Amino acid sequence: MSMDRRQFIKIAGMSALFGLGGKGAFEFLRPGALEASEHGHGVEYVPEEPAEVAKRWGMTIDVQKCGEPGVVEKCIKACHSTHNIPDFGDSKNQVKWLWQDDYEHTFAGNENSYMDDRVKELPFLCLCNHCDEPPCVRVCPTKATFRRPDGVVAMDYHRCIGCRFCMAGCPYGSRSFNWFDPRNALNQKEYNLDFPTRMKGVVEKCNFCVERLAQDKLPACVEAAPEALAFGDLADPDSSVRQILRKRSSMRRKLELGTKPSVFYLV
Amino acid sequence: MIEKALKGEPRYFMWLVFLMGIIGVGVGCWFYQLYKGLGITGMGRDISWGVYIAQFTYLVGVAASAVMIVIPLYLHDYKKYGKVVVFGEFLAIAAVTMCMLFIVVDVGQPQRMLNVLLHPTPNSILFYDMIVLCGYLIINIIVGYNCLLADARKLPHPGWVKPFIYLSIPWAVSIHTVTAFLYAGLPGRHLWLTAVMAPRFLASAFASGPALLVLVLLIISRVSKFDPGRDALQTIAKTICYAMIINLFLVGMEIFTAFYSNIPGHMHPLQYLFVGLHGHGKIVAWMWTAAPFAFIGVLLLLIPSARRHHGILAFACASIFLACWIDKGVALVIGGFIPNPFHRIIEYSATFPEIAITLAIWGIGALILTVLHKVAITVREEEAAT
Ligand code: SF4
Ligand code: SF4
Repeated sequence: MSMDRRQFIKIAGMSALFGLGGKGAFEFLRPGALEASEHGHGVEYVPEEPAEVAKRWGMTIDVQKCGEPGVVEKCIKACHSTHNIPDFGDSKNQVKWLWQDDYEHTFAGNENSYMDDRVKELPFLCLCNHCDEPPCVRVCPTKATFRRPDGVVAMDYHRCIGCRFCMAGCPYGSRSFNWFDPRNALNQKEYNLDFPTRMKGVVEKCNFCVERLAQDKLPACVEAAPEALAFGDLADPDSSVRQILRKRSSMRRKLELGTKPSVFYLV
Repeated sequence: MIEKALKGEPRYFMWLVFLMGIIGVGVGCWFYQLYKGLGITGMGRDISWGVYIAQFTYLVGVAASAVMIVIPLYLHDYKKYGKVVVFGEFLAIAAVTMCMLFIVVDVGQPQRMLNVLLHPTPNSILFYDMIVLCGYLIINIIVGYNCLLADARKLPHPGWVKPFIYLSIPWAVSIHTVTAFLYAGLPGRHLWLTAVMAPRFLASAFASGPALLVLVLLIISRVSKFDPGRDALQTIAKTICYAMIINLFLVGMEIFTAFYSNIPGHMHPLQYLFVGLHGHGKIVAWMWTAAPFAFIGVLLLLIPSARRHHGILAFACASIFLACWIDKGVALVIGGFIPNPFHRIIEYSATFPEIAITLAIWGIGALILTVLHKVAITVREEEAAT
């Protein structure tokens, strides 16, 4: 999974050539297959407008700042209205990309009875960790979940067969299945026409706002609460996130499983 | 040859009509599920696989167990299995068909299932599972049909079938091993993350599949003139007994490792299954039903005088079949999801449509089995008559 910048540019260049020669025939065979096939067929993801290209996007979440009133709520609202997340109003069928939990449950298995009570009560934002070694990608039988060269674990909702193997594989509970038709449970007032809705029977999760990254914008949650959240290239020693991680001590969830999460909690 | 299934006594047709009734209800529920979404089942974001996948897992074992007849007959020339082997192969065909149907009803977008082959993903165990299951179905159809056809025409079995028979042996082991790998390779699901998953799957399969076969053969010997043979049944019974003992031994290994190491993550699912966890214990009653049946079944099969009595043999086989079904068809899948990744306990119970769909698929399996076995019985009866 490691690739330096030059290598990436080389592959991207090669695939551009590939694209020139082969796209027509390929499209004719299987419409849409090209866009969805970044991970396996030698055709690598190339952003339309070459926005900032990272080798591994990552996020830091300042848990203290999240404890201030309204911060967590505005992040969740920004995410869910940007991505047309349905609200079925019950916990069984719930779809969620970004939500909050407490320390004890977010870091289940690392409970510390003697911990500072203040930390215990702080809200921890939970989302897909965009793991460097993602089990969800490993188990998916159709490559509907795939890891992009920039580290984002993305999904193709049109290819997913809804087997939910990835939900069993993700050790963080980050993935949601559309148990019912999500289009019936949208908030009509905050409907975002620029982002697709999904259909019933497919899995979805946080996508690190790839659609915004392609336009050189920060993820919606980071834009909503820049005081608490930061986003940048973990592979670049001078990036914002790396500078923060140099100064603050951080935690990641379930490191013992070797998934190498890209989301860091600052305590 | 298949026309032999079209002639029968009234009770044969009544049984088929009864099965079709069950299937009809389930198919109706399946259309409802397709229309509304899988939310009509008891599954949810925390227990994302339920009774469908559990039945799938159990039935892969039933399918694989045909080798317990094939190995003695073809590798050790144990002639007494000569007449019954086709019943085992036909049972495998019915079981694999049920497995595939359980996958179809479980996925959210069944019309896209070919994506698994259109976008082959060698790192996904599900990809291999699909291949080995389809292969196993084809092998058993080839072998079962051609051997029976030769019997019906009173010809020796064609030589070209032999390689397929030998191939079916490792192939049967592979289907259940690959199915175990679906579970055993997932990080963070402690009940499943165990190296003995595949061995245990095979042991419980080699107990429960032949147990079902014995039950079916006992029924057949009552309703038809075909006699499977006393010795054949007794030998199958011994196989069941040893396989079940190995299975129980491996369960013991799991319990020891979890509790002696005292690692909470490993203990929690087992605690949930056997004694309940934090006041949640929907599966506990199931487990304590399975445990006595497992031990009673083994005990009865161990005692030769008990085993020889057909009534007791049937009871012992039914006990073991039930115990293994609870273990794999109920507990294993649900236990793996509890507690969830946030260490919360969210319980699961199947809904009415979910149960109706499940029963319908079992009904389809029973229908296939009945028809195939009807053909086999007729061939055997004609053989005996000449
Ligand atoms: S957090 Fe879960 S869904 Fe996200 S990349 Fe990791 S394993 Fe996949
Ligand atoms: S549910 Fe969809 S994304 Fe998840 S493993 Fe299955 S095909 Fe892949």
